Amino acid sequence: MNRTLLLAAVLAIAPLGARAQGTDPNLGRMLASNCANCHGTNGASVGGMPSLAGKPRAALLQMLREYRDGKRPATIMHQLAKGYTDAQLEAVSTYLSAQKPN
Amino acid sequence: MTNRRKFLQAGGAVTIGSAVSSILPGCASTPEIRKPVGRVMIIGAGYGGQTAAKYLRLWSAGSIEVMLVDREPTFISCPMSNLVIGGSRTLAEITRSRNRLKEHGVQLLTDEVTAVDHARKMVKFKDRYADMGYDRLIVSPGVDLMYDTLPGMNSADAQSQVLHAWRAGPQTVALRKQIESMPDDGTFVISIPLAPYRCPPGPYERVCQVAHYLKQAKPKARIVVLDANENITSKGPLFRAAWEQLYKGMIDYRPNSEVKDVDVRGKTLKTDFDNVKGDVLNVLPSMRAADIARSTGLINANNRWCSVDWLSMESTAVPGIHVLGDATMSAPAMPKSGHMANQHGKLAAAAIVEIMNGRQPNQEPVLANTCYSFVSDKEVIHVSSVHQYDAKQKTLVAVPGSGGVSAQRSEIEGAYGWAWAQNIWSDMLS
Repeated sequence: MNRTLLLAAVLAIAPLGARAQGTDPNLGRMLASNCANCHGTNGASVGGMPSLAGKPRAALLQMLREYRDGKRPATIMHQLAKGYTDAQLEAVSTYLSAQKPN
Repeated sequence: MTNRRKFLQAGGAVTIGSAVSSILPGCASTPEIRKPVGRVMIIGAGYGGQTAAKYLRLWSAGSIEVMLVDREPTFISCPMSNLVIGGSRTLAEITRSRNRLKEHGVQLLTDEVTAVDHARKMVKFKDRYADMGYDRLIVSPGVDLMYDTLPGMNSADAQSQVLHAWRAGPQTVALRKQIESMPDDGTFVISIPLAPYRCPPGPYERVCQVAHYLKQAKPKARIVVLDANENITSKGPLFRAAWEQLYKGMIDYRPNSEVKDVDVRGKTLKTDFDNVKGDVLNVLPSMRAADIARSTGLINANNRWCSVDWLSMESTAVPGIHVLGDATMSAPAMPKSGHMANQHGKLAAAAIVEIMNGRQPNQEPVLANTCYSFVSDKEVIHVSSVHQYDAKQKTLVAVPGSGGVSAQRSEIEGAYGWAWAQNIWSDMLS
């Protein structure tokens, strides 16, 4: 096979592959901005709702998965957590755990 | 302007990846100064506009100049304003200063934009400011009320007597006063337009709040609800349960009752079948995207709403202008809510940062909605949803199996409802 053609084909496919996997460079930031309406900008609550900023990633992710799977009682989070893919729950947990608490 | 824009366009390509880290030569003591990539003008400082302003500054690391224009110098929240009518909160408690946005570098302009020249990228102001240019424009104007569909309401005098109180502010307080002055055995009549309108559960929450007040102060009074829709448009079973259990016998709900005209002097609402007299009338007319959206040529859906590209909130009618909030032609199952307008603001801010730096916006945006409704002074019900972008349908789609409503009304959600307000106000303004 023509090596130049092969290389061109690989180069053409690579960025498409990356996009198909949903690699928004700001994925965690975008998802955390869904949380901010109730839990404060970047997860730093001003009160009345739990703060999420700076919480350990594993704890956040476990909580979100338990809400999603109906294993953790909730008023609303069991409904919202079902709207996200597991990769999205991971990305938002990573982002929030890296934020500064109030 | 032309030279400046040309400069900006050229600069946009050059500054990819370097805008954030560059230190201007000769400015070693101020390494935080970024090379500006352009100016975004935002018309309308509500849930959508304020959020976009703050997040544009945050996410551009200060490299986008942001001007936020509103007629009113302070923010009064529509969500929670029914509590002022019910008497458990004051207007002061739902009013917030915008001054902390200045700490993010947002420039606040108190004025009214009277015209947009999108060919020249200029806006005209009514009072204080000279014509001003922009690189991209955000229009987040809310709704205007279609009084032209109700002949008897088509005068300033009629509109000063029969209130809507569907924009929080003086009318909120005035409606409360009208209800306080009502005879002890009087009738409050509220009319609800056909969906879509701003805040689907809002009218039913208002019925609860008026009933909450009347139950204490005028237990012989009644409420008539003339709903143009065939059923309660949001959280129906939960509202019905509250009416039945908390306000038994007070509320006469009439579906399929579209108000066609108002006899202001006779205090009567007219449907095709009925004339309904009341002591206090609260007419919610049909709604559409506000006037500035119309005069700018942004209304292109049903002659009422502004269609947008859900990857950027950019108008499908006029390139370079982004539309947010209630004025948009909603995606399927997406409510016209303050919460959703906030989400629109963030989607637009993220996309504009990418576009102004010569990059493609995120192709997989996700938005979420939560609406809390107070059925008394303490008990609350909610509806929630999550919306992911579907590339095939080119719109945001509610995720099957996600979202829902409260299991029952509760005081726990009452606390969450008020905390939601504190946090979303802070998310926009602090």
